[in-house]
Amino acid sequence: MAETSYDLVVIGGGPGGYVAAIRAAQLGLKACVVEREHLGGICLNWGCIPTKALLRSAEVGHLMQNAEAYGWSAQNVTFDLDKIVQRSRGVAKQLTQGVGFLLKKNKVAVIEGSGKLAGKGKVEVTGADGKKTVLSAKNTILATGARARVLPGLEPDGKLIWTYREAMVPESLPKSLLVVGSGAIGIEFASFYNDLGVNVTVIEVVDRILSAEDEEISALAHKAFTKAGIKIMTSAKVTGVKKGKDNLTATIETADGKTQEMTVDRLISAVGIVGNVEGIGLEGTKVKVDRSHITTDPYGQTGEPGVWAIGDLTGPPWLAHKASHEGIIAVEKIAGVAGVHPLDTTAVPGCTYARPQVASVGLTEAQAKAAGHKIRVGRFPFVGNGKAIALGEPEGLVKTVFEEKTGELLGAHMIGAEVTELIQGFGIAKSLETTEQDLMHTVFPHPTLSEMMHEAVLDAYDKAVHF
Amino acid sequence: MSVDILMPALSPTMEEGTLAKWLVKEGDSVTSGDIIAEIETDKATMEVEAVDEGTVAKLMVAEGTEGVAVNAVIAVLAEESEDPASVTAGSGAAPVAVPTPAPEPAPVAEDAPVAPAPSPAPAAAPAAPAEPAKSATSRVFASPLAKRIAGQNGVDVAALSGTGPNGRVVKRDVEAAIASGTGKAAPASTRSAGATAPLAVGAGLDPRKIAGQLEMAYEEVPASGMRKTIARRLVEAKQTVPHFYLTVDIELDALLAMRKQVNAAVPEDVKISVNDMIILASAKALMDEPDTNASWAGDAILKYQSADVAVAVATDGGLITPVIRDAQSKSLTEISAEMIDLATRARDGKLKPHEYQGGTFSISNLGMFGIREFAAVINPPHGAILAVGKGEKRPVVRSTDKGDELAIATVMSATLSCDHRVVDGAVGARWLNAFQRRLENPLSMLI
Repeated sequence: MAETSYDLVVIGGGPGGYVAAIRAAQLGLKACVVEREHLGGICLNWGCIPTKALLRSAEVGHLMQNAEAYGWSAQNVTFDLDKIVQRSRGVAKQLTQGVGFLLKKNKVAVIEGSGKLAGKGKVEVTGADGKKTVLSAKNTILATGARARVLPGLEPDGKLIWTYREAMVPESLPKSLLVVGSGAIGIEFASFYNDLGVNVTVIEVVDRILSAEDEEISALAHKAFTKAGIKIMTSAKVTGVKKGKDNLTATIETADGKTQEMTVDRLISAVGIVGNVEGIGLEGTKVKVDRSHITTDPYGQTGEPGVWAIGDLTGPPWLAHKASHEGIIAVEKIAGVAGVHPLDTTAVPGCTYARPQVASVGLTEAQAKAAGHKIRVGRFPFVGNGKAIALGEPEGLVKTVFEEKTGELLGAHMIGAEVTELIQGFGIAKSLETTEQDLMHTVFPHPTLSEMMHEAVLDAYDKAVHF
Repeated sequence: MSVDILMPALSPTMEEGTLAKWLVKEGDSVTSGDIIAEIETDKATMEVEAVDEGTVAKLMVAEGTEGVAVNAVIAVLAEESEDPASVTAGSGAAPVAVPTPAPEPAPVAEDAPVAPAPSPAPAAAPAAPAEPAKSATSRVFASPLAKRIAGQNGVDVAALSGTGPNGRVVKRDVEAAIASGTGKAAPASTRSAGATAPLAVGAGLDPRKIAGQLEMAYEEVPASGMRKTIARRLVEAKQTVPHFYLTVDIELDALLAMRKQVNAAVPEDVKISVNDMIILASAKALMDEPDTNASWAGDAILKYQSADVAVAVATDGGLITPVIRDAQSKSLTEISAEMIDLATRARDGKLKPHEYQGGTFSISNLGMFGIREFAAVINPPHGAILAVGKGEKRPVVRSTDKGDELAIATVMSATLSCDHRVVDGAVGARWLNAFQRRLENPLSMLI
């Protein structure tokens, strides 16, 4: 059997894996990516990117329906669901091809098939045709990602009970939809389908939606989505489902212990993810798995020498940019680059691209207090910002959390138009370790939404000017 | 209400000093604890900290002005509510700064006009012709957050080596320094020598200024964090540790013969060096004479129970001293392997802090450069350092039955620098004797 040897074999071609392989190639390592399905992984093909295309279509529709507010008139505004889906698939395809090109340009070999560890320094790849190849690898990075978590009784069937995957390519528009789970994925689909006119209900087991976000932001999001027409039930869970021919009836237990039944056309299960730890040859290795996620040191090294793991496979936050960053850290550690530091997970921004958008970085107000910080909190509402008013987006908030003694920016939390594009400013501030002084001295351009970031910093020190 | 910032006194006897450097400019806002200027006397440099919060309204004394009287106003701070432009000096009780002229005319007359009275006009700044373009060498790269936390905890960021991008000092470096108690700036009143010494220049003579005046060509190499640490630690050692020196000549022939035998017996890839044997002999001697394996702790002497021998390794960036811990209980092959590993990683800059911090005794060996003997500077808090010269054939006089005879022996001179607070003359001498005994009877090291 032919055996090819590599300095680095990356199993999984998602945003963690392909970025790791490119970085390895830049550092002069002979690297390859083993991918069983699509380069770009879930992110490019079934996650981040195609949903952004869908949400853009929804946003355009929303603007057209409100055209009069901007002085236009648009009658009989309609859409073609197939074309919306087609556009989304087209976007995904374009970017997948882009990843293939990037890997080729960096001389990273792409090996199609499923990879698994096969003894010390060996990776076995099984192709679609069942043919097996063994690669020899000085180091192996596991980047096999994750898949939707399945709740008993809510097993996806591809027809009535969907995961993100079916929800992204609907053949027809359901009249009503039950979204179970109010994390970023659930909320984005709820927002998309709601904007398309579907009757959407969101069920969340804890007492607030987007529970990873600051409580104040969660509450504002709850209000905004309710106003947009989404029905939200918190502290509630689905205890059973009766499937009909083209609809299903869910039994919902609410906070007060009462149950009610709700009949909907479709249900989306978005209750978190589990790591893809099966079938990758972990048996008999020293790689440790804890509740479907691989345990690593801060640089991604597993218990097995020469085996590393990154991204969704290693645990939260389940974000493409976290996976990419971990991939780079692991590769630089492998290559012996000086001055590599572990990822500061408190500086990883998180974004939800619903309407309105939600974005945050660092500690929430409650987390900061729980960590024992004495804090100063600043807030600035969209209604005080000229650009927000001009855009017709007067609803939203920018919130900052500072450590009182040192002026460290502990966290920033935003809701409203385009905040996902704004959050990086606070990400840079955290990464450069600015204090409130540096942020106050920074000149923000007028008129922009970013001025609210400035004002939210000033407000934490009782110096806000425009509110 | 504006606040006058006065020329501070570095010592009770100081009457005037040089305003060496402004670290703020007009319009900058400062908070309490920010370093705003550096003041020099002929002995030391001191940083001036802002005590109040506000905006620097006016710098009253130009950078480089010599002979500024203590308590003269050097700057005026506008408080938050004030318009800095309308602030004038002297609103406080302190007199307006009138720096006294430099006591002596400078050697090159046209280059050193006497400092004028406070004048904001840059053209009038006396230092301008003598000082080369504003240099970044004294700038410490540190994140704003790191600087603030350092200031709040009395840590001198200039003394830390940064682990951020391009060696920038970041929060974790300051937190690590606070946790380990290193990098502590001396308390304000005595902050002169220790804390800022790496930035200061000896005896108030600024080589840049002199080179500028005499038009000497030079290349300016910014001091790395490591270089600053070396400068600071060694100034501290030489200024605060009372050194004295003891030298002996040690015959190495028996040792060299044993080394040959040992190296013939160990696997081919292992090679015991004379230096490895010196490390082991030192460690054994520290056990023989434990009074030398000690540190001065101000109100006590700490006598260490194991010999953690720090060995000076020259790297491109400067000197570093990785530590062989418990050297007294290690074999020659262990010491050899550990030394190769530590020295290699020291040169690659990959030592971890715990590998070069601590230690109870140090060795510096310049024998490979043909140095016959030298005296080393103690590496605090160690009580002593051994300076090892070259082993070379020398004539020796031997007493035999037939009277004195000349013979040839391989001899090495070793000099022990002792901290007299811990190691008295006789104590150091006993240690050197023990060390000599171990090397001249090398089998004793294997026991």
